[in-house]
Amino acid sequence: MIRFIFKAILRDKNRSVLPVTVVAIGVFLTIALSGYLSGMLGDMIDQTARFQTGHVKVMSRAYAENIDQMPNDLALMDIEALHEELNRDFPNYTWVNRINFGGIIDAPNENEQSKGQGAAMGMAIELFSKTSGETERLNLENSLVDGRLPQKSGEVLIGYEFAEKLGAKVGDELTFMGSTMYGSMAFASFEISGTVRFGVMAMDKGTVIIDFSDAQRILDMEDATGEIMGFRKEEVFMQDEVIEMRENFNAKYANDSDEFAPIMKTLGEQNSMGSYLDLVDSVSAMFVIIFVLVMSIVLWNTGLIGGLRRYQEFGIRLALGEEKGHIYRTMIFEAVIIGIIGSVIGTALGIIVTLLMQKYGIDISGMMKDATMMMPSTLRSKFSPQLLYIGFIPGLFAMVIGNMLSGIGIYKRETATLFKELEV
Amino acid sequence: MKYIIAIFFTIIFALQLSAQDATEILEKVDDNMNSETSITKSDMIIYGRRNSRTVTSVGYAEGKNKSFSEYLAPAREKGTKMLKLEDNLWIYSPSTDRTIQLSGHMLKQSVMGSDLSYEDMMENRKLTEMYDSEVIGEELIDGRNTWVLQLTAKVVDASYESRKIWVDTERYVPLREELFAKSGQLLKKTELKEVKKIDGRWYPTKMNYKDMLKDGKGTDFVVLEIEFDTEIPAYIFSKAALKK
Repeated sequence: MIRFIFKAILRDKNRSVLPVTVVAIGVFLTIALSGYLSGMLGDMIDQTARFQTGHVKVMSRAYAENIDQMPNDLALMDIEALHEELNRDFPNYTWVNRINFGGIIDAPNENEQSKGQGAAMGMAIELFSKTSGETERLNLENSLVDGRLPQKSGEVLIGYEFAEKLGAKVGDELTFMGSTMYGSMAFASFEISGTVRFGVMAMDKGTVIIDFSDAQRILDMEDATGEIMGFRKEEVFMQDEVIEMRENFNAKYANDSDEFAPIMKTLGEQNSMGSYLDLVDSVSAMFVIIFVLVMSIVLWNTGLIGGLRRYQEFGIRLALGEEKGHIYRTMIFEAVIIGIIGSVIGTALGIIVTLLMQKYGIDISGMMKDATMMMPSTLRSKFSPQLLYIGFIPGLFAMVIGNMLSGIGIYKRETATLFKELEV
Repeated sequence: MKYIIAIFFTIIFALQLSAQDATEILEKVDDNMNSETSITKSDMIIYGRRNSRTVTSVGYAEGKNKSFSEYLAPAREKGTKMLKLEDNLWIYSPSTDRTIQLSGHMLKQSVMGSDLSYEDMMENRKLTEMYDSEVIGEELIDGRNTWVLQLTAKVVDASYESRKIWVDTERYVPLREELFAKSGQLLKKTELKEVKKIDGRWYPTKMNYKDMLKDGKGTDFVVLEIEFDTEIPAYIFSKAALKK
């Protein structure tokens, strides 16, 4: 039966080409757009987690309240003990110290006069630690435009556009001026070890990265840190798990009235990421629903056109004594086969385009020259196993449902009038 | 009709009188608070949420365009120097042995975590040069009668669009000041206390500056010693003095 139908589909191109094309295009669009959206939205979540929020973050309560001001005067103290506690209670996570700080970076010329100056967003990370995984997490090695990563105290990485603005290059000295944790003036000299492209305009234009130990020294933050970030060891964000962690950790300090007691926040609770995560979850579902609805209507229409075109054929088959149910079933089988062929073609094309987009992406840096918002300057798709069925199943169902709806007309044909119709 | 004209001219006259009075008051405030030169040793007490710090400095000023400060304590700040010439500000740090010039929006940054910005510290033009004034009332502050003056900027580069100052009616010393942004938002508040007669002029020796956009008690500025119209060697106001 299947062989018979398959042959019929291959021999009668009019019966198969249009529906296969429609299904393939629909499935392709679903996969390509879904991959693109999850790539774009996921990129922003990953980027935010890696640079700003972690999967969870521990801060002092007072710091968390004023986090936008980078208030290092409200930093966490006694962090060694806190690290022990975090590592003991949550061994599946890597806990790393970060200090965000603001200040002025000044580049001197050969006469010790300022040749360039700018406001800096400083980021102190555990660069020299072998276990923190920070250089890999922030993809610093691959982001280097020039030079190398800092290897010793007193070296700094700087956003490549910031370096250009300051007129500074690798090997040049920079002077940092800011405030210590206690409000004193902080001055320090650094040597540029490398320039980096973060792929985020706001960072490329004003970020400097130094080692955590340097920041502790310059900002008077001995055994203190602004933030402790937790990243799942597999680097995959697990929403339910981090919510449970947060509840367990915060419950321990619930009776502590100290405004500098630690508090844990999940990625979803920071930077308005909660609504963003919900959005990401619902976008894919929305796509599938819209696709099934639209494609069902389109394929119903295609099925109706096919049904009209094959009106005479069905009439003859009925006149020859074939049962209505049998005709209907063969039509559905046909729809299943056409749906599978179209969905396979569409899925294959969609996956190819997604993989290409994942590898090469679309460079939008030209459109973001003055952007200060933190978003990637290359838009990429993201392949996930979900893409293998996200278009395939709806493609198949839409084709079958469309044909089932249009095929109902077969049952309305009256055998008594068939010969009269066929004469016409 | 005669009554209306009479009332109209009375109002105009009263307004002119008020404006004239306000300008006179402000001129006397300027005369009292400004001098040819001054040498001030002071403590700046910065109140944080965790602790408080006291920064001691000595400042030299000549006219409205030249000033030089050297920080004496605590150890972390010792040797830091600032020089202001016209609209330029240089800061010298002994730890890096570098002099950095600050300009533009950098001047809006806080000085040593205090409630004062570099811009605030640099602003020493006379009030009459920068603001139009108007007396809007009288109030009692700590038992002293004050005029309440509303000042509105008449120059485009004033740090604050408007100010409200409470001036002691006898001593011509401001006892309170509120600084507003263009939007009308209150940005800073200053309380001036412990007014003493020094070298024939009344001068507040304790001031509290409060940045209204920050939490906390603000920053106290306590004058330990002050000399007016003392000769200051010219080299003090040079960049070479920063590294000395």
